[in-house]
Amino acid sequence: MPDILVYVDHTDGAVRKPTLELLTLARRLGDPVAVHLGPGAEQAAPALAEHGAVRVLAADAPEFADYHVVPKVDALQAAVDAVSPAAVLVPSSAEGKEIAARLAVRTGSGLLTDAVDVAEQDGHVVATQSVFAASYTTVSRVTEGMPVITVKPNAAAPEPSPAAGTVEQLQVTFSALASGTQVVTRTPRETTGRPELTEAAIVVSGGRGLGGAEHFALIEELADALGGAVGASRAAVDAGWYPHSNQVGQTGKTVSPQLYIAAGISGAIQHRAGMQTSKTIVAINKDAEAPIFELADYGVVGDLFDVVPALTEEVKARKG
Amino acid sequence: MSLKIVVCVKYVPDATGDRTFAEDLTTDRDAVDGLLSELDEYAVEQALRIAEDADDAEVIALTIGPEDATDALRKALSMGADRAVHVEDDDLHGTDALGTSLVLAKAIEHTGFDLVVCGMASTDGGMGVVPAMLAERLGVPQVTLLSELSVADGAVTGRRDGDAATERLRASLPAVVSVTDQSGEARYPSFKGIMAAKKKPVETLDLEDLDIEPSQVGLAGARTTVLSATERPPRTAGEIVTDEGEGGKQLAAFLAERKFI
Ligand SMILES: Cc1cc2nc3c(=O)[nH]c(=O)nc-3n(C[C@H](O)[C@H](O)[C@H](O)COP(=O)(O)OP(=O)(O)OC[C@H]3O[C@@H](n4cnc5c(N)ncnc54)[C@H](O)[C@@H]3O)c2cc1C
Ligand SMILES: Nc1ncnc2c1ncn2[C@@H]1O[C@H](COP(=O)(O)O)[C@@H](O)[C@H]1O
Repeated sequence: MPDILVYVDHTDGAVRKPTLELLTLARRLGDPVAVHLGPGAEQAAPALAEHGAVRVLAADAPEFADYHVVPKVDALQAAVDAVSPAAVLVPSSAEGKEIAARLAVRTGSGLLTDAVDVAEQDGHVVATQSVFAASYTTVSRVTEGMPVITVKPNAAAPEPSPAAGTVEQLQVTFSALASGTQVVTRTPRETTGRPELTEAAIVVSGGRGLGGAEHFALIEELADALGGAVGASRAAVDAGWYPHSNQVGQTGKTVSPQLYIAAGISGAIQHRAGMQTSKTIVAINKDAEAPIFELADYGVVGDLFDVVPALTEEVKARKG
Repeated sequence: MSLKIVVCVKYVPDATGDRTFAEDLTTDRDAVDGLLSELDEYAVEQALRIAEDADDAEVIALTIGPEDATDALRKALSMGADRAVHVEDDDLHGTDALGTSLVLAKAIEHTGFDLVVCGMASTDGGMGVVPAMLAERLGVPQVTLLSELSVADGAVTGRRDGDAATERLRASLPAVVSVTDQSGEARYPSFKGIMAAKKKPVETLDLEDLDIEPSQVGLAGARTTVLSATERPPRTAGEIVTDEGEGGKQLAAFLAERKFI
C-alpha cells in the first residue's frame, strides 16, 4: 500500500474533526501518514492512530506560529521528501488551500481544491467537487505529479480503524522565504460553546429580515434548542449584526448539514452556493416569492418574529 | 517613494447566469455574459487606495483571458488604473491554476512590481489559490485574505480574519497580497473615468512574448483533468405553508417527522 500524507488541522494537539474525515478517506487510497506541525503531537497521536494513521510525522518550531504559511509548506515538503506519498490530502481551510497551492507549485503536481469526496478509480485518485454555486458536480483527476487535494469538511463520516500511529520527528529546514510574512499579533476567536459552523449537523441562519443585531438572539435560541450552529447571510454580516466568521455562502463558509434553517434570507445565488448541498432545507420568509422557497423541503411563509419563537418553544417542549 | 502595483483581475461568466461546461469540460464562456469578477473589484479598489496614498504610484491591471477579457481591463481602467496588460493566446484555453499562476508570474516579471494585489478567489473556479502560487513563483512574501491593509515604509501590513484567530500580518515589499470582500466597497467608475479609460494603454502579450512554451499551459499543460460534469438535479420545492398562527408548530411537526427533534 502506498503512503498517503494527511495534513493535521489541530489546536495544540486537539485534532479537528475534518482531519479524522481525511484519515478515513486516505485509507481508501493507501496507508495514512499524518503530518502534525506545532505543539501537541503526543496528545494528537491517539486520535490520529485511532482513525488509521500508521505514522505521525511531527515537527515543532517557533516558526510555525511566528510566520505565515511558508514554514508549514517547508515542513509538508520535507514530509513529501521523506515519504514519497501517492497523494497529499489537506483540509480545505483558507490556510490549508494556501499550503496545498504552494506545495503543488514546488512539486509540479496537479492541485484539486474543495473536494467533497475522494476515491480510487482505475488506479487513479479522483476527487468530486461541487462547482458553479453547487449547480454542477464534477469528477476530476490529477494527471501530473503527486495529487495534492484539499478536502471540505463533512466529505466522509470519520470511522475508527486503529493503526500504530507511531510519532516520529520530522526534520525541517526552513527556506529563505519562511520568515517573509510575520505574524505580528494573533487574537484567537472567542468560543461560543456552539458547534463549529462547517461541522454542525444543524445550522440556523438569519438574514436581513432580522432587521438588527439584537434580533439574532432569536436565531441563537433556536440554534441552541436544536443543538446547532448559527449562520448569517452576507447582508446581515455587512450590516454588522453578526461576525463574518459566521457568514454562509460564496465568500463565507460552505455548510452541508443534515438540517439548514434560513430565516429572513432571500436565497441569492451567492448564499445558495454555501448551503445548497444541505440534506434538508427549511425556510421562513414573509415573501412567498423569495427564491429560497425553490430549494426548501419545508417552507413557512410568515413573519419570522412570530414563527421562530413559536418554533423554538415547540422544540423545547418536544425535547422536554 | 515610487510604487508599482499590479492588480490581477479575472474575466468570468456572470454568476447570476446559468453557468455551464463546454464540450471539452472547460468553463463555457459563451453561454453566459462575462464581466470583471466582482471579487477582483475589491482588489482594484485597494490598489487604487494604496496608490492614492503614495507619492508616485502606478496601477497596472493584468488579466489572462480571451479577447473579451479586455472588458474586465476596461472596467479596472475606468475605476482608475493607469494602464493594462492583457495576456491572450489561443494556447491558453483550458489552463489550470498552476498554469495561470505561471503565466501571471511571467507577466508580472515583465511589467516589474513592488506590490501585486489579487482578489480572494475567482467567482468561477473559486479556488482561492492563485495568490499563494504567485508568491511562491515570484519568491516574495504572501500576505493574503486581508480585510484591511496599508502600505508604509516599504512594508505591507494587514488584518486577516481566520477561522481560529484574527491575525495582523506584515511583510516587506515586494509582496503579493489578496483582499477579501470585507476590505471596503469598490468604487463605481465615474463618467469621466469611463471616458479616460478609452485612452489608456492596453498592452497585449502572447506566450512567446513571455517565453512560455505552449505545452506548459492550456489543456495540454494542465495537471488536472475534469472527467465528468453532471448537473445537480435541481432541488424540488417541498411543502410550503402559510403561517396563520400555527406555522411554528407545523414546522416543529415536520422537524419531528424527520427526527431532528
Ligand atoms: C461576489 C459576491 C459574493 C457574495 N457572497 C455572499 C455570501 O457568501 N453569502 C451571502 O449570504 N451573500 C453573498 N452575497 C450577497 C448576495 O448576493 C445577497 O445580497 C445576500 O445573500 C442577501 O442577504 P439576505 O438574503 O439576508 O437579504 P435580502 O436579499 O435583502 O433578503 C431578506 C429577506 O428577508 C425577508 N424578510 C424581511 N423581513 C422579514 C420578516 N419579518 N420575516 C420573514 N422574512 C422577512 C425578505 O422577504 C427577504 O426575502 C455575495 C454577493 C456577491 C456579489
Ligand atoms: N486569469 C486570470 N487573470 C488575472 N488574474 C487572475 C486570473 N485567475 C486568477 N487571478 C487572480 O487570482 C485570484 C484568485 O483566483 P483563484 O485562485 O482562481 O480563485 C483572483 O481573484 C485574481 O486576482
